[in-house]
Amino acid sequence: MPQQTKVDVALSCPVPIAATESILLGHGSGGRMSAKLLREILLPALQNPVLDRLNDQAIVDVGGSRIAFTTDTFVVKPLFFPGGDIGTLAVNGTVNDLAMGGAKPLFLSLALILEEGLPIDTLRRVMESIRVASALAGVVVVTGDTKVVEKGSGDGLFVNTSGIGLVSSGVRLSVDRACPGDLVLLSGTIGDHGITILSQREGLEFESAVHSDTAALHGLVAEMLRASGAIHCLRDPTRGGLSSSLNEIAERSNVSIELQECAIPIRDEVQGACEMLGLDPLYVANEGKLVAVVEPAAAESILEAMHQHPLGREAKIIGSVTDSHRGMVTLRTRLGTSRIVDLLSGDQLPRIC
Amino acid sequence: MKYLDEYRDEKIARGIVAELGRRATRPWILMEICGGQTHTLMRYGIDEMLPAGIELVHGPGCPVCVTSLETIDKAIEIASRPNVTLISYGDMLRVPGSRTDLFHVKAQGGDVRVVYSPTEALKFARAHPARKVVFFAVGFETTAPANAMAVWQAKREGLENFSMLASHVLVPPAIRALLSSRRNRVQGFIGPGHVCTVMGYREYEELIREFRVPIVVGGFEPLDLLEAILMLVKQLEEGRAEVENQYVRSVTYEGNLLAQKVLREVFEVCDRKWRGIGRIRESGLNLREEYAAFDADRIFGTVGVTAEEPAECISAEVLQGLKKPTDCSAFGTRCTPENPLGAPMVSSEGACAAYYQYRRHALTAKAEH
Repeated sequence: MPQQTKVDVALSCPVPIAATESILLGHGSGGRMSAKLLREILLPALQNPVLDRLNDQAIVDVGGSRIAFTTDTFVVKPLFFPGGDIGTLAVNGTVNDLAMGGAKPLFLSLALILEEGLPIDTLRRVMESIRVASALAGVVVVTGDTKVVEKGSGDGLFVNTSGIGLVSSGVRLSVDRACPGDLVLLSGTIGDHGITILSQREGLEFESAVHSDTAALHGLVAEMLRASGAIHCLRDPTRGGLSSSLNEIAERSNVSIELQECAIPIRDEVQGACEMLGLDPLYVANEGKLVAVVEPAAAESILEAMHQHPLGREAKIIGSVTDSHRGMVTLRTRLGTSRIVDLLSGDQLPRIC
Repeated sequence: MKYLDEYRDEKIARGIVAELGRRATRPWILMEICGGQTHTLMRYGIDEMLPAGIELVHGPGCPVCVTSLETIDKAIEIASRPNVTLISYGDMLRVPGSRTDLFHVKAQGGDVRVVYSPTEALKFARAHPARKVVFFAVGFETTAPANAMAVWQAKREGLENFSMLASHVLVPPAIRALLSSRRNRVQGFIGPGHVCTVMGYREYEELIREFRVPIVVGGFEPLDLLEAILMLVKQLEEGRAEVENQYVRSVTYEGNLLAQKVLREVFEVCDRKWRGIGRIRESGLNLREEYAAFDADRIFGTVGVTAEEPAECISAEVLQGLKKPTDCSAFGTRCTPENPLGAPMVSSEGACAAYYQYRRHALTAKAEH
């Protein structure tokens, strides 16, 4: 027998890094790092009952009217991509945040941060997209602001939009209202937007037929609310994907959500790209999809209403709310086994091999 | 989806599990070598399906997990220098070094970038001749040929601002080291399908002659792994110890000869320190003397950098299959993906992270009963 290597079993492990002291990209991922930043740094300074609900929008009472109010900032790269651009996202994103509270979106503000050197023609194209998207959504941009920063201090163009809308008196949607027994509905395929953006990234370009799903969802929401009042929560799973939205619901409502892997619609192009890149589509961003948690008796009629709307044709029941692992999302796999769908720490990183 | 769903079919999976139940007359301890396989096992809950008595322990095949602390420290030091762009695969950025990680270097102004392929790093070097571009090359025999090709190409082009911090590792010496350990429990191995796609499986025959242990080269889909487990159990029950190939749609006996040629041209075998395991003889690949001009370790003078790894966690035992991640008292409490005590909690291929990400609920359920 040849000479064998003897292994010295030395316990070895790196020292933990002390508390993170500067902002990392992962703090903007919508995962656990984002949640921690919110909980430890941002919320303590602002505490109030409206903000503490942590919904996509605040709903406040003003002179007897229920006003929904929200804001969102857009920092997408590249600025233009198949299916849309930063302008369409900025309108639809804020409209959707209002819609998830059951509001009829009315007015938007628009703030632009322009980097020195940005071609005026780029700005012109983005403004045209904003015009078209707001006309389609039936909202009016009524106020705005423009700032220019030195070259190197921005990334071409950052856009912020805020929006207000009106909520009817009977509507009460909130991330903490999911109950055991409820069913989870998804309006269509997941991962389209995120994979579109990835396919356009410098250094990663791959050919793909998929395009961003960016769309304003308030029309779909209105149809769903018309069909039934038994909707408990609505979320649009953007950054962080379906898993992050469902984890927020599970945590805030103190319930467990069990998904059926086979029921979640995913385009072959998206699934294929995810397999190739080692990504899980459950964590990939969407810009025109919603999840709804609804009472079981009303699920069929709500689903039917969704199917009648162009943005809900592929809607499906993808899971149910239980009380077995409170605060967690689990998934019944194709093999009939069960696993966790965890909130990621930071961004989803591609695997090495 | 075609070519995927076929390998994730519940009925066939249940059939293989039933066959396993009929075949196994006693307990067996098997190890999957590759972190990608660990990931699949956890993600699909295959451990939940297996008959009692068939135990899977998780091997050292996670490139992020076994890259030594001093190599990470070298990368961090190089990335912190002015005029340098350090490029690597995404997972490497989160791995803690002695004091910090590459994500923090990036946040402090270091130019650290993520790519999917080393040719992207070459492209970047061509486009930015004033910057020193360093590719941080880790991984097993799988990623080594593409990295070798990048250096080969850089030399051919005379691309002077490109270099490589190479820390490749080899699977067969690691298996030899595990089997040589007096504490070894593993009775059969699921071989690394991607590594063998490149290298073939001739070199695994030598291990079998030495140690009389069955090895089945396996793929990465649930049915691949279940089939490989069944093939191993059949061998063990029949008293055979052979190399068999389950992953026939990708692996051949000889492997990819062209890839092996470029590997030999650019790299040479060297001793390598594995994080959590220690130094293993002839278990790594370094750039050959002819490519010294592209060796970042020499260019940046980091050859002598060493780091002592303090005894904080049980990753050594986890990486050798001696313990499960859940045997660690820090698992899920003091050690989480946000605050990893050890590398196996960092990469999605690391055993601790895979348990944390996919199986935590089963563990709490067990604890409650």
